[in-house]
Amino acid sequence: MSDKTALVEEIAPSDIDSEPERIVNDLAIQVATVNGSGSQSSNLVLLRALFRMGIPVGGKNLFPSNIAGLPTWFTIRANRDGWVARKRNVDYLVALNPQTAIRDVESLSPGSAVVYEEGLRLERRRDDLVFYPAPFQELAAEVTREVRLRKLLANMIYVGLLGELLSIDVEEIFGAIESQFRSKKAAVELNRRAVEIGIRHARENLVKRDPFTLERMDKNRGKVLIDGNAAAALGAMFGGASVATWYPITPSSSVVEQLTGFLKRYRNGPDGKATYAVVQAEDELAAVGMALAAGWAGARAMTATSGPGISLMSEFVGLGYYAEIPLVIWNIQRVGPSTGLPTRTAQGDILSTYTLSHGDTKHVCLLPASTRECFEFGWKAFDLAERLQTPVFVLSDLDLGMNIWATEPFEYPDRPMDRGKVLAREDLERLGGTFQRYADVDGDAIPYRTLPGTEHPGAAYFTRGSGHDESAEYTESEEAYVRIMTRLDRKFETAREMVPPPVVDQAEPASPLGIIGFGSSDPAIEEARNRLREDAAIEMDYLRPRALPLCPSVLDFITSHQRVVVLDQNRDGQMLQLLRAEYGDRIPPGVLRSLRHYSGHPMDAQTIVDYVTEMEIGAA
Amino acid sequence: MPAPDASSRPRKVNRLGLTPSDYKGKPSTLCKGCGHDAISSQLIRAFFESDVRPHQVAKLSGIGCSSKTPAYFLNHSHGFNAVHGRMPSVATGAVLANRRLVAVGVSGDGDTASIGIGQFVHLVRRNLPLIYIVENNGVYGLTKGQFSATADENAALRSGEVNRLPNIDLCGMAIELGATYVARSFAGDPKQLVALLRGALAHNGTAVLDILSPCVTFNNHAGSTKSYTWGKDNEEPIHILDFVPAMDQIEVEYEEGTDQEVQLHDGSWVRLRKLERGYDPTDRRAAQELVLEANEKNLFLTGLLYLDTSKRTFLDSLELCDEPLALLSEDQLRPPPEVLDEVVASYR
Repeated sequence: MSDKTALVEEIAPSDIDSEPERIVNDLAIQVATVNGSGSQSSNLVLLRALFRMGIPVGGKNLFPSNIAGLPTWFTIRANRDGWVARKRNVDYLVALNPQTAIRDVESLSPGSAVVYEEGLRLERRRDDLVFYPAPFQELAAEVTREVRLRKLLANMIYVGLLGELLSIDVEEIFGAIESQFRSKKAAVELNRRAVEIGIRHARENLVKRDPFTLERMDKNRGKVLIDGNAAAALGAMFGGASVATWYPITPSSSVVEQLTGFLKRYRNGPDGKATYAVVQAEDELAAVGMALAAGWAGARAMTATSGPGISLMSEFVGLGYYAEIPLVIWNIQRVGPSTGLPTRTAQGDILSTYTLSHGDTKHVCLLPASTRECFEFGWKAFDLAERLQTPVFVLSDLDLGMNIWATEPFEYPDRPMDRGKVLAREDLERLGGTFQRYADVDGDAIPYRTLPGTEHPGAAYFTRGSGHDESAEYTESEEAYVRIMTRLDRKFETAREMVPPPVVDQAEPASPLGIIGFGSSDPAIEEARNRLREDAAIEMDYLRPRALPLCPSVLDFITSHQRVVVLDQNRDGQMLQLLRAEYGDRIPPGVLRSLRHYSGHPMDAQTIVDYVTEMEIGAA
Repeated sequence: MPAPDASSRPRKVNRLGLTPSDYKGKPSTLCKGCGHDAISSQLIRAFFESDVRPHQVAKLSGIGCSSKTPAYFLNHSHGFNAVHGRMPSVATGAVLANRRLVAVGVSGDGDTASIGIGQFVHLVRRNLPLIYIVENNGVYGLTKGQFSATADENAALRSGEVNRLPNIDLCGMAIELGATYVARSFAGDPKQLVALLRGALAHNGTAVLDILSPCVTFNNHAGSTKSYTWGKDNEEPIHILDFVPAMDQIEVEYEEGTDQEVQLHDGSWVRLRKLERGYDPTDRRAAQELVLEANEKNLFLTGLLYLDTSKRTFLDSLELCDEPLALLSEDQLRPPPEVLDEVVASYR
């Protein structure tokens, strides 16, 4: 028996009743409820109260594909050092769902605390946890006599209980309630009262016996709490989105829903009328068809969808590639294949999106890793699409898109819009009235286009998905086909120079160990790097691609390390496959190691730490 | 006999100073005698006679023989030959981006009644300003003659294969779904067709024209109900229809025999002389009954089946600004930094 095990046995379970050490601003709270029960408001109040106390926080909602009646878990992670990726262990459980309470309690680590509906009698299940029972329904009945409201207010009771047990500043809770319910005065009053009753119950009936506590810090100055889809929508508005067509699908719906809200408020012309069109289409085929044609006609056009929608959009995307039409498509990835786990997160569409459609196709894909990048790529994607005249994808995911992140405020676009190579009437007059739609005039493989409605007899051309030559005339000539396809390939090389470069964080000299990860894996990777450095003195360099096609610096990173972990949130190691396809035998054998996380849960640091620790033991 | 209206007099140049050849397209690659080419000719004539500026026109299509035809008229207009069955969404996107475009979509019976029927349904429901032409021949021409969903029950292919399924009547569907200008015509009846096309150009909303357009290669034999011969023998116009442009109205005296005039969006008129049916195309129920009757009795009734000039268009519903979205400047598209500050503050 090792010393470590002995130590654990010594402290658990008998010692948890004695004066525990204090763990300040480092815990994960999980609220287990039934969806449709109205707990989301309470969770957001709790999250915002912690945020306003200046403690780094993040909120993650694990929800079913269902409207009411199935289990849902909301997890808040607060961490003084800013690590807010998913944490596998929960420290504080609020157990309100009888369907899952026993399993939820069984999965806790020794020493964790459980706040629960006393009728569930969970204290019988474990003797190494701290139990805080409360009669939620009875307490809610004190708040209101209305039975309908009691159920909702029971949720605010736990905010009060946690507030007292964890020393959350009650004024911040009240402030968060006001933000949550805004102008609804009666709701603010009722919810405040529920919180107060929760606090009173805890004071009078519960003895604090766990080590977790929260204290005011100053780490959120200037920051905002926002979900990635709202950030994407906001970025799109500042990118000048003028046509957004979509079909509802989780987890992307809130991109266009929130965009619509922003546009209604901020994008009305001098005549008070809309400078945008948002259309909920009949399906994803129509959504992408509308957006593509709007891009063809000169609008800043976008759509947002998820895996099944991406599959349906495939044919039109190929047309957009071949006929060279700008369009922005947000893919908020969820777990596939097929319907998959529609409310869980994944990075499983990298390969299929990158080469979406039949024939030789490849697409520019942006890979945001934060809400700030969702905003930034929200506007930059339009510039890229119009400059390159091609569909541009932004691959977010459910974790980034629907969960709530604290972030520095977004930066206003630092450059004017790039509307790309569009010839107006005056340009055509200067050119003597002729232009070739698909000719490479500038040597960058990007042709010029005209918009329908341009008042010049030479402006018109015919757009088609069938074989065409430089003049956009129909042809089945193999020479013309090869010329156009080869130019499109060169255009992709132009794109490679234009897309956001990878972010590299590398020791000097380079450590033998590196990791390549992207998108929503970023917070877990950074936390894992920190823990490996502090706990095991392992330095792990990090490269985060922010776009496809990949930049040459990715190969440099791989070849300057002995072992490079490639982290994918999918089963098949799709980024790894891409690296192999891109660089082939320029990658020395044995360098790339594949870490694949595909449970549908957001990425966590522990998984990376375990993998790397084992690998490094093997290497040593 | 009533005098022909001023607009149908042959003219060398129109009011824009353009000649008919300014409205021509590339040479057709369809089979000699194809009904679609006859329709393209009437499109050229209608756009010429209605003084439409070619650069303001967007030609949209899906896939199939019919969908190739936008290359064969209006060379000086932008064209977009998209993917199979998706012309409606492409037309929608183009019109949303630039509401000043005169959008004409060309589709076929396979493109509309089968693969694209969902998009057809939703386009009509929205009443997007668009001329939606279905060049209907009852077969898939480009894939060599399979039945389409508009083929009549018990019609036979040249091979002898008989269609056992009932046909889909696109005009009936369009009326049911709220289309505001619904017509049935025949590629072999140029006079009626050009009047219907000019009326459609003047109309603000979705104009669906279901045009029998015989396929000379795969569906023009005895036993076909989509052949030239069948069309000529069976066409029964429900009225004699004239198109009277707004500017000509004052010059033209009320004509004897005119039973009904309906004013269109741009101030022009359709003038109807009723035949034995005494039919009123502004009566939606009567239109639906007429289509039902035609289907039950296998009648080929042509003319303007339904017209509603009051319904709001999709662009009205969206409350779009007058300036085309595609032409908005950066300061109209990108709100100032203060707006970003304001939104960000609301997330604290």
